[in-house]
Amino acid sequence: MDKIIYLDNAATTKTDSEVFKAMLPYFEEEYGNAASIYTFAGHAKKAVEASRRTIADFIGAKSDEIYFTSGGSESDNWAVKGVALSYKNKGNHIITSKIEHHAILHAFEFLEKQGFEVTYLDVDENGFVRPKDVEKAIRPTTTLISVMFANNEIGTIEPVEEIGKIAHEHGVIFHTDAVQAFAHVPIDVNRMNIDLLSASGHKFNGPKGIGILYIRNGIKITSLIHGGSQEKGRRGGTQNTPGIVGIAKAVELASQRMDARRAKETALRDRLIDRVLAAIPYTRLNGDRSVRLSNNANFSFRFIEGESLLIMLDQKGICGSSGSACTSGSLDPSHVLLAIGLPHEIAHGSLRLTVSADNTEEEIDYTVEALKKIVERLRSMSPLYEDFLKKNAK
Amino acid sequence: MSQVIEYSDKVMDHFTNPRNVGEIEGASGVGTVGNAKCGDIMRIYLDIDENETIRDCKFKTFGCGAAVATSSMATEMIKGKSVEDALKLTNKAVQEALGGLPPVKIHCSLLAEEAVHAALWDYAEKKGITIEGLKPPVNDIDETEEFYKTTGE
Repeated sequence: MDKIIYLDNAATTKTDSEVFKAMLPYFEEEYGNAASIYTFAGHAKKAVEASRRTIADFIGAKSDEIYFTSGGSESDNWAVKGVALSYKNKGNHIITSKIEHHAILHAFEFLEKQGFEVTYLDVDENGFVRPKDVEKAIRPTTTLISVMFANNEIGTIEPVEEIGKIAHEHGVIFHTDAVQAFAHVPIDVNRMNIDLLSASGHKFNGPKGIGILYIRNGIKITSLIHGGSQEKGRRGGTQNTPGIVGIAKAVELASQRMDARRAKETALRDRLIDRVLAAIPYTRLNGDRSVRLSNNANFSFRFIEGESLLIMLDQKGICGSSGSACTSGSLDPSHVLLAIGLPHEIAHGSLRLTVSADNTEEEIDYTVEALKKIVERLRSMSPLYEDFLKKNAK
Repeated sequence: MSQVIEYSDKVMDHFTNPRNVGEIEGASGVGTVGNAKCGDIMRIYLDIDENETIRDCKFKTFGCGAAVATSSMATEMIKGKSVEDALKLTNKAVQEALGGLPPVKIHCSLLAEEAVHAALWDYAEKKGITIEGLKPPVNDIDETEEFYKTTGE
């Protein structure tokens, strides 16, 4: 089969052709540096500021609260380190969850090494952070709480509004890593009590290499990228005009069609989940059945290992992802799957498939058929399955 | 979550068309090594005749592409060999026969060597003999049963 069935939209998405077209003039024609003074560069500056407004409007923010970065990882690092360092005199305790993306977790671990005290919150079996746990963890010295909007592996959508409310009741700043949720789930930073929010262009049909950090006016933040006076002097570096125009176009498209795409994704996702669970025994769905991203399905197939599964799917033209250790270069499987209480063996046998509205029912059905055969084949080779069958026969 | 792993053609061949997959009824020796915690479990079955020659050899593996390929290659390399020769199989020889392994996958070839040794150990125990230079295999605890008991899935 020559055709590719792309089911890894949580890893990255296709750049929309309208986004690509919107970016093009900013390479060869309007290539001026948005920070320059002459009229020619003014076109680029205008485009950057219009983009900022589009994005601000989309999440109920003000234009001057949107900062452009190089992507989700930079936004996460900036939010966490920038706020923690900036409020160091107020306190040195910061809070996050055990299922955050590594851009958050490793930033917290870095701060821990610098002397900060960190609470890593447990999650329940579906990956939900319990707001009660957040409240219990807050100390007089707590300055920041960072909990992701939706999990990148299992798709669980966190109770951010409630967590933000608790944070504010205790005078603590609340950041959310919304890289997976942004433009997939409606977000209002005021209603949801969000002080800082990270998003990345390429996760919603925008270009790679561009991200945003929303910073509520009044929040102090230390700069990480020192340099010129771009982004109100808070983030140096020549503005990535094509990227900025591209992410704004992707936001504009999302504001028009997010609901329709979500409905289509949800239907495809549910078809995939229902059919896989019906066709393949000893399979579990990881994450909550309904309070999850519309594009996310995450399964664990007992007795088999994820990398083998991915290679065999690849041979059928199907692109997926796994939480198996073998795919991460370390010995431990996904920290998210372990945090929801899965034993290592089950975590190793996980598969994440993330759909887009461009997928078809035929592709889903083909994938289910292929999966069924591959899982059967790998189980026939598995000593764990052999032991299981022998045990059951007794 | 995942990264692309580059395998040699030989590894891909042994992963896609593994040799000697299966079980042997009443095997002379069976060895299982590895653990679910780090994601690799290998089991090797040996059928050894009265002249101490490995007449047949089968494997079952839970693990990544490299784990399957190294098991397959190891069984090919010891089939028809004497017990003495099989004991000399090293992880390095398995790696070389596969045209190399990515650095993070070297432990898979080590596991293949250990699985052969574990099967030989079982054979020696069953027969009540001692094989010079052979160490007893290490077993690991399983946490999976406990999980399914608690969740009732």
